[in-house]
Order: sequence, then structure tokens, then C-alpha cells
Amino acid sequence: MSVIAEKGPSLGIDIAALRKRLENGPDMWRSLDEIAGTADFRRFVEAEFPALVERLPANPNRRTLLKLMGASLSLAGLAACSRAESIVPYVRQPEILIPGKPVYYATTLSSDGFGIGAIVESHEGRPTKVEGNPDHQASRGATDAVMQAAVLTLFDPDRSRMPLKEGQPASYGDFLKDMSALVSRWTASQGQGGALLIDASTSPTLAAQIDALRVRYSKLKIHRHDPLATPAVVEASRVLFGSTLKAAYHFDRADVIFSLDADFLGEGPGRLAYARDLMARRRVRTPSDRMSRLYAVESTPTITGAAADHRLAIKPSAIEAIAAGLHEALDGQATASGPPIEQAWMEALVDNLKAAGRNALVIAGPQQSAFVHAIAFAANAKLGALGNTVELIEPPDALQVDGDLAALCEAIDGGAIDTVVVLGANPLHTAPARLVAHKAFSSLKLLVHHGLYRDETAFLAHWHVPAAHELESWSDIRAYNGTASLVQPLIAPLYDGKTEHELLAVLSGQFQTDPLSLVRQHWAELDDDAWKKVLRDGAVPNSSAKPVPVTVPPDLAGLKPAASAGSGIDIRFVADPWLRDGRLANASWLQELPRPLTKIVWGNAALISPATAERLKVENGKVINIASNGADIDAPAWIVPGHPDESVTLSFGFGRKAGSVAALSEGYDAFRLRGGAEWLATGATIVPRENSVRVITTQHHQAMEGRAIVRHASLDGFRQDPNFVRKDVPPSPTESLYPDWRYDQEAWAMAIDLSACIGCMACVSACQAENNIAPVGPEECERGHEMHWLRIDRYYAGPLDAPEIFFQPVPCMHCEKAPCEVVCPVNATVHTHDGLNAQVYNRCIGTRYCSQNCPYKVRRFNFLDHQTFDKDEAGPGQGVHNPNVSVRSRGVMEKCTYCVQRISAKRIQAQIENRDIADGEVVTACQQACPTQAITFGDRNRKDAKVVREKSAPQNYALLEELNTRPRTTYLGKISNPNGKLVRPGEATNG
Amino acid sequence: MAEARANNPAVMRGRHDFPEISGRIGSIVLDGRLPRHFWTAFFLCFLLVLLLLYSITYLIAVGVAAYGIDIPVAWGTMISNFVWWIGIGHAGTLISAVLLLLRQPWRASINRFAEAMTLFAVAMAGLFPILHLGRPWFFYWLLPLPNVHMHWPQWRSPLVWDFAAIATYATVSLLFWYMGLLPDLAVLRDRARSRPAQLFYGILGLGWRGSAYHWSRYQVVYFLLAALATPLVVSVHSIVSLDFTFAITPGYHSTIFPPYFVAGALLSGFAMVLTIAIPLRWAFSVEDLITVRHMENAAKLMIAAGMVVAYGYVSEAFFAWYSGEPYERAMMAQRALGPYAPLFWTMLGLNCGVLQLLWFKGIRRNMPLLFAIAVAINIGMWIERYVIVVTGPSRDYLPSAWGEQSLTWLDFGILFGSIGTFFALVFLFIRILPAITIFEVEELAEEQGKLK
Repeated sequence: MSVIAEKGPSLGIDIAALRKRLENGPDMWRSLDEIAGTADFRRFVEAEFPALVERLPANPNRRTLLKLMGASLSLAGLAACSRAESIVPYVRQPEILIPGKPVYYATTLSSDGFGIGAIVESHEGRPTKVEGNPDHQASRGATDAVMQAAVLTLFDPDRSRMPLKEGQPASYGDFLKDMSALVSRWTASQGQGGALLIDASTSPTLAAQIDALRVRYSKLKIHRHDPLATPAVVEASRVLFGSTLKAAYHFDRADVIFSLDADFLGEGPGRLAYARDLMARRRVRTPSDRMSRLYAVESTPTITGAAADHRLAIKPSAIEAIAAGLHEALDGQATASGPPIEQAWMEALVDNLKAAGRNALVIAGPQQSAFVHAIAFAANAKLGALGNTVELIEPPDALQVDGDLAALCEAIDGGAIDTVVVLGANPLHTAPARLVAHKAFSSLKLLVHHGLYRDETAFLAHWHVPAAHELESWSDIRAYNGTASLVQPLIAPLYDGKTEHELLAVLSGQFQTDPLSLVRQHWAELDDDAWKKVLRDGAVPNSSAKPVPVTVPPDLAGLKPAASAGSGIDIRFVADPWLRDGRLANASWLQELPRPLTKIVWGNAALISPATAERLKVENGKVINIASNGADIDAPAWIVPGHPDESVTLSFGFGRKAGSVAALSEGYDAFRLRGGAEWLATGATIVPRENSVRVITTQHHQAMEGRAIVRHASLDGFRQDPNFVRKDVPPSPTESLYPDWRYDQEAWAMAIDLSACIGCMACVSACQAENNIAPVGPEECERGHEMHWLRIDRYYAGPLDAPEIFFQPVPCMHCEKAPCEVVCPVNATVHTHDGLNAQVYNRCIGTRYCSQNCPYKVRRFNFLDHQTFDKDEAGPGQGVHNPNVSVRSRGVMEKCTYCVQRISAKRIQAQIENRDIADGEVVTACQQACPTQAITFGDRNRKDAKVVREKSAPQNYALLEELNTRPRTTYLGKISNPNGKLVRPGEATNG
Repeated sequence: MAEARANNPAVMRGRHDFPEISGRIGSIVLDGRLPRHFWTAFFLCFLLVLLLLYSITYLIAVGVAAYGIDIPVAWGTMISNFVWWIGIGHAGTLISAVLLLLRQPWRASINRFAEAMTLFAVAMAGLFPILHLGRPWFFYWLLPLPNVHMHWPQWRSPLVWDFAAIATYATVSLLFWYMGLLPDLAVLRDRARSRPAQLFYGILGLGWRGSAYHWSRYQVVYFLLAALATPLVVSVHSIVSLDFTFAITPGYHSTIFPPYFVAGALLSGFAMVLTIAIPLRWAFSVEDLITVRHMENAAKLMIAAGMVVAYGYVSEAFFAWYSGEPYERAMMAQRALGPYAPLFWTMLGLNCGVLQLLWFKGIRRNMPLLFAIAVAINIGMWIERYVIVVTGPSRDYLPSAWGEQSLTWLDFGILFGSIGTFFALVFLFIRILPAITIFEVEELAEEQGKLK
């Protein structure tokens, strides 16, 4: 309407000609524009009612005109009501919504396209915290570090807020108009010249929609671009079994596990379930308990290797040789070529595997070649493990596609495709260097991009449509084992984002859809009750994939090693554990979350081994030039003990400058060195440059300096001396002039099992989300001003090239005799009646004496105003704050509170119900997130409490107990299960 | 006799009479015709005052992140500045109170500016605990003020003791200094020729007429205040040292600290006395009143205090080893060999190495050299305080938390700003009040038989 009003009758209308036309008869006309048949009017109608374009009568009669006028009048009235923005109290309060009381909804978050169940806490309609869904098989109640940031990315102020046409703001109606033209064109041409580029996805609805599109447009091409795809396992299964299958593992049944460069604890959609299962079988409390044994051969240091009982770092191109060696050894042959590892190691491994039989498990890394996967299949089959510890299932992400990004670019260059609709992916950042994706995409007639951010692809696209965040969407998704679950929105789309289902519906000509019905239609088999139950539980019952029985052909069906172990440096590409391919680069929590092993934040580095660094004469931060396949990048070197020699690990996810947070981060873009979709490149060269750049890390010292910080023993050592944690350690002094304080109510305490901790950082991320911990940015992190209340210390012990790696989560110890309390001049840190060491922010004047006197250095100081208190300035980012936790201002100290807000909530509930707080009722954020249940929390005064049972384990000890601080947080010493025949160097004594 | 005089220079040279002494000292103030280089130097100091004001404004606007502090080393230059300035103040109290009680005649001509130095040093020192705070505007929460927010100091914290100790010290120093000024203010009142000056000094002079009653009361009060101030020489820096020893941090937790801090305070205090007195006596041509004897005595006290400090260094290292505590030992080794090693060895070189030059009489009587040594010791003592503050927490119990802090422009801006402000105050003091005690010098002249 505005178009007509603004343009008026004066523009482009020849009044004289109109008079002439109207002379002829009693034609009805709506406006001067219409009778003139101007383009403006035509565009207006098409944009407002794309579905009507076809039906718009060329010469309306009187009856039609009256109908349209009536409709437009009522629609005009409706349009006026659609944007009520004023905030008023509930006139009629929804039954379940009590202000101040959070509600929880089950939904599913996507991790590289696979679903992990989540329960999201919502305060007055505002999602603030992600927890795991105990009923979902991929979550088991746990979350990882990345899932925690879902609420942060939801409220990210940098999100794309409106459709863009050629980079200029446009209306969604305009977009629909253009799409209706596209639909007409495709309908006419069967989709000729069109292609769809989709992201990694397991959504059944999406798959069905794509199938429907294929039917509708038979010539439409479907391409999938997942830069983190690991197709080797499917390739191997296709060659071996003739069908595409993936492996799902049962670590709870495995006694001996051999990982061939598989980081199953840190990567992959099943990692939370796998970590839980693995650690459930390694939980030792008494000398009679049993433990599984984990051997790991890896080409880049991972947390799986850190958790392994035997870890070998091997050059990436040599993994296949080890796999071949294993194959021969299992067949009982003498290894002909001789694998690049010690004979004794392989013999011990094979003996163990054979002894374990069907409870053995060989895992090939997803990034490894089809050959390695084939050997893993064969080994598992030979050991009888197929069907027990490993099951082969239909891949949950199975989707018939016409090719990947490379094929698409080729088709564009060949002129076969001129229109591309990109759903979610960002090919212009993640395309390998060899592909000139920019050139190909620039030559398109129409490029439509659908995504959360105005990213590189959005800038090039003719049309960009903001995507709905996963917490705003209706969708469905499958987990690593095929379990289907629903994605339900926690909040209406903040910026009118559209789900990918809506976009696909538009492409199939359905312009007026609602996101729910698209998903609901797909699950029509569920009646309303079942649908509601699925929504509530978070997973579709009995939807996991059924194992497929297979037989492995004897000669590996002719699969051969792919990589040639040539000379030169091997490059091992990895995805950044938090930012993945860079799509989460604008999440400040993730940028600032230390990487598990390197503790690097706000950037990445080229990881090399100490020996390689020595040979190249480089030190940390020194820039090295890495060249491979005709491309080269500069990256700061970072020396990682236990990294294989003559290889370099490069991580994806950095080097992006799109978004205000991402622009702050440093690091290189490893995609510029990638030839295709490979994870390993050989024959690279490294040339040190002259200059150095900063690499920001949160932990500068890696050795324990001979102090009994992480106390550890082998399982045999534990059996001989269950009290190994007390060995050679001064006893903690207990004398005191004063009687102990009596805790008449609860006495909160925590136990952390160092054997179970895999260093995944989920607890740190969860703590940040729960407690409104401010990210501080790279400059402040570099200066040691980071704010994480909980940190995970990582220590190395033993030889530089093959060290043992230990993780130790360090929250506030809540010391009974807290050194911080006596030195505070203003009583800002005090003990509570239930034994918490509380920090009173209002009272703190910032002398920082408490931190100086804290032997654990767990206190964090607000050196700057990290949070904005001005409502207008703060923007949408403040929406993520937990309303039950104070936001701290500049100049005050803060620290772990044992999640006192959660304790209070449960205490209030218990008092209302006139009962004691039950054991296990209070769950801290770190404890809730932990995939391996390494953290136990509870009331020390209850004899039956789980935390009391944990603390009564013989390996329970307090950190720095000789200082007589009497910490409430204690640790269970780390117990590993090495093979007695393979005493690792430096492992002769238990520390 | 001649030989003895050569070996031990007199506390006063030449012959004087009362009008000459009071006229010479008084004219600096009353005539106001100060040399051009006085005002040039004052202008330079004033620029540093502006720097201090700018730095403080910046600090309050931005936050303490502008310092180089971090976690684990959450204390930085503000604490070391504080300890350093408090230490500098000590020499003034020692000269004026302790030497008065010990009837040391040579104190007479230097006690006034030494006391002023104490006062200004304490004023500077008092700034730093406030500028150190994360929320400096709430510094008064350290005071036991009855209030409605229900907060009260936490008396176990050494910072509260500190606050009380400094407040006491500042009060007693001010009273003592002012009491000593009374007869001189009266002299200035009497010699002033302009009405405003007569009024100004008249009011400050509190009606002093120099009667025998006045002198008798004066003696009682002055000696009483001296007796009160004397224990403060020991107590203030001991309490300051408790800020460190009370903590369990390695490098802080040490019983040697109280005496070692007091000795350090005297060392730096006398170094500052020399730093001021040597240019002062040259610029105002009062070498006959403030003689080489004064300078040499101060140098002797410096070496005495300095040897106690050196003993402190040794015993600190020894007890770190003897304790058998791995944390203390590692901290000590890291202090000497770790990231702060250059500072540590500079500190040793200046405070123990350069100090040894003072054993030689020739050096003690060579004013330019003595001045250079005094400045070096001042620098060395600042570094000592900084090393104590930062090395402990940077290498404490958990190696994962080890880290160093940096030094930013603000750290130096406030340090040099405070030095400039201190000297600006000294300049103002010289311009407004008699920098040498008129009546005591006259008394001295009479006692030494140096009257014309």
C-alpha cells in the first residue's frame, strides 16, 4: 500500500493515456497505478501476496473487486495488531508460568548435524541455561561445552536480523515474491539449473522435504557441504558390506579398547554417551573393582589419549601402517613390514584384545581412511565384538545427495547450475583452498542464503534470509545411534528468522506455512498424546537404529592404504573443539574457553612436537610458514608435549572476522591449506619466519614441580596400597586451639574423581552459563584477567615426547579454615551456616587480599566493568543472564559459590514441604554438565549421601591439605590401568 | 684538636648571632626571593602533580585493570609504593623523636625538614591503599564508623590494623611537627613586614610569646610527643609487614619481616633525607648549618640499617631452605632465577652492593657521590618492596596458577606522580615555613659556643 501512496499517481503514469482508456467502458479500477498497469503496483501485489500472483485477475469485475476490498480492509486491521511491543503484566497468567520460577522444556541441540538431547531452563519465556536430557541417549543428562553456549548464540546481537537483498534490507514479502518467481521457473523447467546446498543434518523432516522437492523438480540437484564430514567409515562399509553403515559403540561392554586415532571422548555425536559408558567401567573404589583398559594411538593429542592407559603419538601417515600391523597380528602372522611402534607394545595389545574377545573393541578414528575403518571392522569381527561392543547401523544422516561442494562448484563453472539455495552452510568460509568457490558463487544468477549470521556467503548472496536459532525452531533430529527427537522452540524467533523447513516449503511453493505444522505433518503417525509425550520426554521412543548384521569379507575387499608415508611434514587437520568449522566463532564463551590440552583461548596455533620445534629452532608463538599443495599459511607455533614428531596439527574455525566477537579473535584459517575434504595432508614443509605473534593461554606452567597435586597410581599400585594418596605426603595437621564449628544443618561438600575427569571443559562452560560469568576478551585474557570460577588444570608428567597427561578441575575448595576469610578487612568473604565460603559482592571493596592469600588461586577479580548495567546499552546479550545470580560490577572479587542459588531454591522447596533436603537434590552446574559424573556434591552431614560414600574411598585426598585449610572439595586420586608388561617410561613409581 | 676536627666535622661551621640565624632562615620564607632554579624545579614537580591527578582520574574512570596486576599477582605497585613511602617517612620520625630523646645535637638543623618529609611521605603513602582498591570510593568501609549498612571492619585482617597504624602515625607526626614549628612561626610573625604574612604566621603561631612558661610547657609536650612517636618508628612498619607475614603465601609468610621492614624503612628514609638535604644545603647556601657531619651521620645510619636489611635477605633465603617447605624453597629459587630475577639481582646490587661504598669516609664526605648512592638506594628499596609483593604470589602453591604481572604506564604514572607531588610539597614547605629550625639552631650555636 505504501508503494502506491508514496509513489502517487504522478510517477510514470500518463494521465492522458488513462483518460483515453477509461473512456471506453465501465471498467473497475483500484488505483491509478493499477489501470496504468505500472510495475510498482505489480510488485506490490506480488510481494504482499505471492501466492495470489497467479490468480490476480487481469480485469477484475465488480464482485471480485468488492471481495478484494473487503479482504484488504480486514487484513489491514490485522496487520495493525501484529506488532504489539508494549510490556504489560499478565492479565491472564498462563497456568504454568509463575514469575521467578523457571520452567524447563526438552529439546534437542544439534552437534555437527546430530542431535543431543537437552533440557532448557526458561525464565519468563527467556531461555537461560542448557542442561542435558537424562532420557536422551546421546546426552544421558550431560552436556558438552558447546551446548552450553546455545543460549548465548540465541541472544547474540550480531545475528542477522532481516532479509537482505543484494546486501540491502528488504522485506520477507519481497523475498517470497522472488521465490515465487523461482518456483514458477523451476516448476516450468523441472528445477533445471537449480541446486540446493545443505548443511550437515539428520532431520527426518528435512530429508522428507528434500525427497518431496526431488519429486517436484526432477532436475534439481541436492548437494551437501559439511566441512567436518568424515565419509571414510561409510566408504569402508560400502566396499566391505555393500551398504552404507556406521558404527555405534558400547563402551559399557568393553574390557579392552584400542583407539586408532579416534577421539571418541572429545569428538563425534556420541561423545557424551561414550564418555559416560567408558568411565562407568573404570570406576574403582575398592581394590576388588575392575577397570577397562584403553590403548590409544593418535596422530594429534586429544583428551582420549590423555585418558588412555597406553598412549602412543604417531605421525598421521603412519596410522595405516599400525592398522595393517594390527590386522596381521590378529591373524597370527608375523608382521612383515614392521609397524612404526615397538613389537612389545603391539604384542601386549593383541594379547589383551584376544583375551577380551567379544568384549574387546577396536575403534577407527572417523577422520582415518577407509582402509583403517575396514581393519577396525575386520578386527572387531574377528574378536567377536561385532554385535556386542560395536554395532553397525544405518547412518542417521543418510540422505541421497548429488555431490559435495566441489561437485557443485564444478557444475556452476560448467554452466549446468545458475541458481543455488544455501541452507545453513557457509561455503565461502569453509570451502577448501583448491576450490575457487568465490568465483563460482559470484557467477550465479541467483544465490539465496539462509543462515544465522550475515557471514561470508550472505554478503555474496542475492538474497539472505535470517535463520531461526535452534532454540527458536521447530524441527527434528537424530542422535548418533539414530534416536529421533524433536526440536521445540523456547522462544518466538527474535528476529523473524525462518527454519530451514520453512525455506524448503517456500521452495516447494508453500508460501504460507507455520514451522510447527511442517514438522508435525512429518510425524503424523504420532497421535496428539504421543506427540506431547515426545515433546515432554525429548525423544521418540524406540526410534534408535537397529543393528544390521554383516559379515566381513576376508581380504578387506581389496582396500589399500590411502596415504603414502612420504617424507616431509604431515598435516593433521582438526576441528576446533568449540568453534567447530567456525560457525560458533561469534560465541564469546567458546572463544574464551581454554582448549582442553593447550589451554589456548581466542585463537589457534599450529601444534608441533618438542622435537620438531627443536629441529626447526622455534619456540611458542614464533610464526611458521606451512606450505602444502601449493598453498601456504602463516601460523604461530605451539609446542605440545606428546605431539607426534614431524607433523603439525592445524585447527579449523579461526581466521574469521565476521561478527564483533569473532573479529576480536586471532589465529589462522586452516581451510586455506586444505585441498579437499581430507583430514590429513602429507609432504608439507615448514619454514620458520622471523616474527612472533601472541598466543593467549590461561595456563603457563605445565609441570607439577614434584608436588603432590594430582595423586595417581596404577590399578595394581592401588590394589597393593589403596591409600596411595597418603604415601610420602605429610599428614594434614588437625590440631586446633578452638573446637570445630558444628554444622547443625547441611555441610555441603564436593568430591571430584580425577580418574573419571576427561578434561572436556563442559563443567567450565556450564559454570559460566549458570553464574553469569563475564567473558573478558583476548586482551584481558592475555593479562591474566579471565573470570572462570572453575578451571581445569592440565599437567604433564614424564618424558617430553610421551608424557602422562592429567586433568584437575579446580573450583573453590570452600575451606573450613579459609585463608581468604581472615584477611578480608570488610567482612566481604564469610562462612555460612552450611559451610559455604560465601562472597558478598556488595561488601567487597576490592583489596584483593583474599586472592593473594588463596593457595588455590580460585578467586577471580572484576578488573573492569565487564557487564553493562545500562539497559539500553546492554542490548539483547543481557537476555542470557541467570536472574538468580547477581551480575557483578567492577572492583569486586568473585568465585565459585557451589551454585548457592541452586541450594537456596532447593532449601526453600524443602522448607515449604517441611522436610530435609534430599541427597542428590542439589546439583551444581558443573556436576550436572559432567558427562562422566566425575563430580559429586551433597551434604556431608548425611551418612547416606553419595558424596560421603565418594569421600570414604581410600584414594580421597584434599589438595594442599598440609596447609590445614580443610577443603570441602576433595579429589579422588587418579587410577589408571596400564598393562603390567608395558611399564611406561617415568611410570615406575606412583606419584 | 685540629686532627680531631678534621676527622669529625662540626655540626656547625663559622660564628653566628641570633638575628643573623633567624634572619637568614626567615628570609627564605619572608622575602620570597627564591632562586629561579627553585621555581623551575617546582614547575617540573607540578607537572608530575598533574600527572598524578590525571592518573588517578583515569584509574577511577577505567578501573584497576589499568595497572599491571592480574590473578595470581593481585597486588602490585600500589602496595610497593605504599610500603616504600611509609618507609621513607621513618627517618624523619627517627631523627626528630629518637635523636631528640637521645640528645643528639646534630639533629637540630635537619629535623624540621626531616619531619616535613615524614609528613609528606605519609600523606603520599596514605594515598596508595586507597588507589589500590577495586572500589576506591568505599575506602571508608575500613573505618569502624557506626553506620546503617551493618558493616564493621573485620578485625582479624591486617589491613584494618594497617589503617589504624597509618592513621596514628600521620596524626602523631603532624602534631609533633606542628608543635616544633610553634616558636619558629612566632619568629616569622615578628619578622614579617606585610600584614597578610603577620596574620598568617600569627594565627599559626597560636599566640606564642616565648615566655618561660611557654618554653617549659613546650618542652614537656615536645618530649612527650617524642616519646609517643618513638615506638611508632618500630610499630608502623612492623604492622605494615604483617600485611605480608599474616598471609600463607610463600614469600610473604615470614617471621623476619617486622624487624627487616623497620630496618629497610630506616635505610630508605635516610637515603631520602640525603636525597633532599644535599641539594637543599647547596641551593640555599646553608652548608654551615647543615654540615658534612650531618650528611655523614646519616650515611652511617644508612649502612647500619642496610646491614640489617642484608641480614634480612640472607635469613629469608636461609629459612626458606631450612623450613624444608617445598613451596618456600621453590619460591625463593624462582625469585632468584625466575622471571623476576633481574629485579632481584638489581635490588641486591643496589641495597647491599652499592651500600658498601659508605664504609669509606671519603665517599661519605663526597656530596655528589653520596647523593648518587642515596638515589640508588631509594631505587633499590622500591625494587625490594616490589619484589616482595609480586614474587610470592607469582610462584605459590599450584604451578598451574603461576603467572607474572606486568607494569603499565599507570603504575609508573602514579609512582612518579607521587614523587613529584612529594617534592612539590617539599618546595611549598620551603617557601612557606622555615625549613631549618630557627630556635634549635640558635640554641645549638649557643651550646657549641659558636655565637659571635
